[in-house]
Amino acid sequence: MQQQSTEANKPTTAPGAAATPAATRPNDVSLIDRASVLEEADAISHYAAPVPSNAPAKMRTRNVNLYYGEFHALKHVNLNIPEHEVTALIGPSGCGKSTFLRCLNRMNDLIEGCRVEGEVTLDGIDVYRDLDPALLRCRVGMVFQHPNPFPMSVYDNVAYGPRAHGITKRADLDDIVEQSLRDAAVWDELKDRLDANGLGLSGGQAQRLCIARALAIAPDVLLMDEATSALDPISTNKVEELVGALKDRYTIVLVTHNMLQATRVAQKTAFFLMGEMVEAGPTMQIFEDPQDTRTKDYVSGRFG
Amino acid sequence: MANTATPQPAPRLIDPDAVVAHVEKARRQSKAATVILTAIAGAICVLLAAILVYIISAGASKAFDPAFLTSPPQQFKEGGGIGPELFNSFYLLVLTLVISIPLSLGAAIFLVEYAPDNWVTRAVKTAIEVLSSLPSIVVGLFGFLLFVLQMSWGFSIISGALALTMFNIPILLRVIQQALEAVPTDQRDAGLALGMTRWETTVHILLPCAMPAIITGVILSAGRVFGEAAALIYTAGQSAPALDFTSFDLTNPACPWNIWRPAETLAVHIWKINSEGVVPDLTAVSDGTAAVLVICILAFNLIARFAGRRLSKKLTAE
Repeated sequence: MQQQSTEANKPTTAPGAAATPAATRPNDVSLIDRASVLEEADAISHYAAPVPSNAPAKMRTRNVNLYYGEFHALKHVNLNIPEHEVTALIGPSGCGKSTFLRCLNRMNDLIEGCRVEGEVTLDGIDVYRDLDPALLRCRVGMVFQHPNPFPMSVYDNVAYGPRAHGITKRADLDDIVEQSLRDAAVWDELKDRLDANGLGLSGGQAQRLCIARALAIAPDVLLMDEATSALDPISTNKVEELVGALKDRYTIVLVTHNMLQATRVAQKTAFFLMGEMVEAGPTMQIFEDPQDTRTKDYVSGRFG
Repeated sequence: MANTATPQPAPRLIDPDAVVAHVEKARRQSKAATVILTAIAGAICVLLAAILVYIISAGASKAFDPAFLTSPPQQFKEGGGIGPELFNSFYLLVLTLVISIPLSLGAAIFLVEYAPDNWVTRAVKTAIEVLSSLPSIVVGLFGFLLFVLQMSWGFSIISGALALTMFNIPILLRVIQQALEAVPTDQRDAGLALGMTRWETTVHILLPCAMPAIITGVILSAGRVFGEAAALIYTAGQSAPALDFTSFDLTNPACPWNIWRPAETLAVHIWKINSEGVVPDLTAVSDGTAAVLVICILAFNLIARFAGRRLSKKLTAE
């Protein structure tokens, strides 16, 4: 059966046939026959096209399937996340793009009844089998949709992560706090208010504080889950500029509902629909010359 | 697609007069409801205030008399005080809280943060809800059988404190559980996303966030424990040996800190002198004790509100 489907799917490198392999694949892929799953994944991964720039993949997912109980939320997702680039995940609500993002730092682990199959790697290390989730999240930081500073001072918000990871010297912490706030482009606004409670900040400042908090533990990858959707246009603009500046030192993956935002900040874009990663490629190609009709319909505003 | 026909006026589906009539009717109903609800709330406030004023004014002459608050009770003569009872009430309360807070905190953290959402957890949560409405006399009699007779600890502070712990844990557990559940998920996510373990997130983020609600809950439950009588009648006993505050011999029944001595509390004292008291100034003693009890509980409630508000203000910077 598996042999057959591999055979059948091999020539389907044309994007038009995207829906069929998923439909004919056996659904009960278990972790045990991993090798065959991965082999199969390579065979059907018509979208895991080489990254257009020559950036190596920092993270790579192969045949990721995610289930919430019975619900199949992510279907055979193959995506390479190029290093030092911004990758945007777009798609209509409920398409699985946020779920996919949360797979990358295993934030789905805590959800009752959530099951992840397939392989997610960071620098070639399998993050679901060979990496402790806490260690993984030290290297793959996250910024959430709604600014969620801790109920403590600005300083403590940023120093919180480093402190928890064993940095206790005041001078070191001072340096980290200043550097992180500078990197998050919020130092000038907050340097005189380091003792103010993080909950008292405006939305845009709070979100950049959250970015600083994530940067303070020096991650390699930064995940942003619709990080600007709760912000006003000016704050959004600041965060977008920030993303552009940060990509030289970090690898950034962001989920956005705002397609213009994807074109402004992302080098690579992946389009998700109903749990499938329909198409991924250079942002300009996705928006100007999509290969799949579903992508074309979405980016031209025909649905979603 | 251009529409060249003159646009037809849309048929009127809604009669504007009917809308006005409806709005006016709704406004009248709203006004009536406001008046009725205000009256009900006012009546309740008046009733509560009347009870408080009555209890405190009836006992005021005794309750603010230092001699009454410090001297031991009398068996047959008038002029007895409630010194030992007052001390016993606070001592039992502190012991109960010392035992029940860590237990309920641990159990609540487990239930909210760690327990898988399956039928066992749901059964435990239901059991806690049932236990929190358990009649205290049942708890008292169970404590009597288990601690007083089975363990042969007799009528003692430890028996009373353990009975009160059983009575207090479900209430406290529920309060802490609700406080932890009320912490927004994004705080938890933020902690985890920084590479914290679940335990670090719980200790450093969830508990501080939940602390105002937890403190308020603990103090309010302290008020309930402080005024509890039924659970203590058969466990901590109905006698108050005279206390000698200079004694630190933990086996001496007169030593206030001895947990093996019987210890009548304020609430039990009220019950006892009214049911079998023979002192001539029975009513005055009873009224005075009731006033002291009510004032203490009122103080607990005020402290709870103050501490909770103060703490949450500090945490949320508002």
